[in-house]
Amino acid sequence: MGLSAEAVGTTYPPHRYAVGREKIREYALAVGETEPLHLDLDAARAAGYTDLVAPPMFAVVYCAPAIGPAIFDPAVGIDFARMVHGAQEFVWGPLVVAGDEIETTVTVTSIEEKRDLGVFVFESVSRNQDGHAVCVGTWTNIVRGT
Amino acid sequence: VTMQLEPGAELPALSVTPDRYLTLRYAGASGDFNPIHVDEEFARAVGLPGRILHGLYGMALVARAVTEAGGGPAALAKLGVQFRGMGLPHQEITVTGSVTEVGEKHATLHLEARQGENAIIRDGVAELRR
Repeated sequence: MGLSAEAVGTTYPPHRYAVGREKIREYALAVGETEPLHLDLDAARAAGYTDLVAPPMFAVVYCAPAIGPAIFDPAVGIDFARMVHGAQEFVWGPLVVAGDEIETTVTVTSIEEKRDLGVFVFESVSRNQDGHAVCVGTWTNIVRGT
Repeated sequence: VTMQLEPGAELPALSVTPDRYLTLRYAGASGDFNPIHVDEEFARAVGLPGRILHGLYGMALVARAVTEAGGGPAALAKLGVQFRGMGLPHQEITVTGSVTEVGEKHATLHLEARQGENAIIRDGVAELRR
């Protein structure tokens, strides 16, 4: 397959994402959430949050603009026509609420050939405006060989 | 918390049947407009049976099953999954799982999501804060 591991260790410029109340609601509805903390401002405030709470998997929304440039980096060398999302892991810290500003930094952690597959692993670290790590993601993309 | 966090306890199953526009709503919500998820003709042209579900949508259903039963969004400390078979609209997805380990601070659950015989998410492992 001729993969190059030269891009391993590359860290891309951080991307800052401003979390919007209606974006949380849109995401929560798309995935069928019924939890009032994600949908009902009064319920979220009554529970002590300043605004609507993002579902944990909302991480895909604030990480996406940071992950894109890494996956599309020609130096990484992913062939998109053959790529599938193989695995995903998230580790969560404090909850994200509307009004937060989340800064995400992505690093290429490994590029390996396993049998006829290329396995590309990226790590994202997302911090809120107080510097707390709200989410660490491990993104595994698999590219099938020819 | 609506489930007992003790080894062997089963997660209440979550079943969802995505309608034909789900992938469009999820694309808009997530920002992932890969044409295999939103364009029927493109999907068929690359050999798929039609538009397929986003893998991360399936993972979101697994996360929802865990948070709904396990203490809300603040309880979910970690979730890892493997994406396997393609998920399709119009077919019921069922998320199942059980508690495999309970420690001082965390409970561990093993999970999967299936459409019939097709496991779209396998080897799901969640950690819940106790």
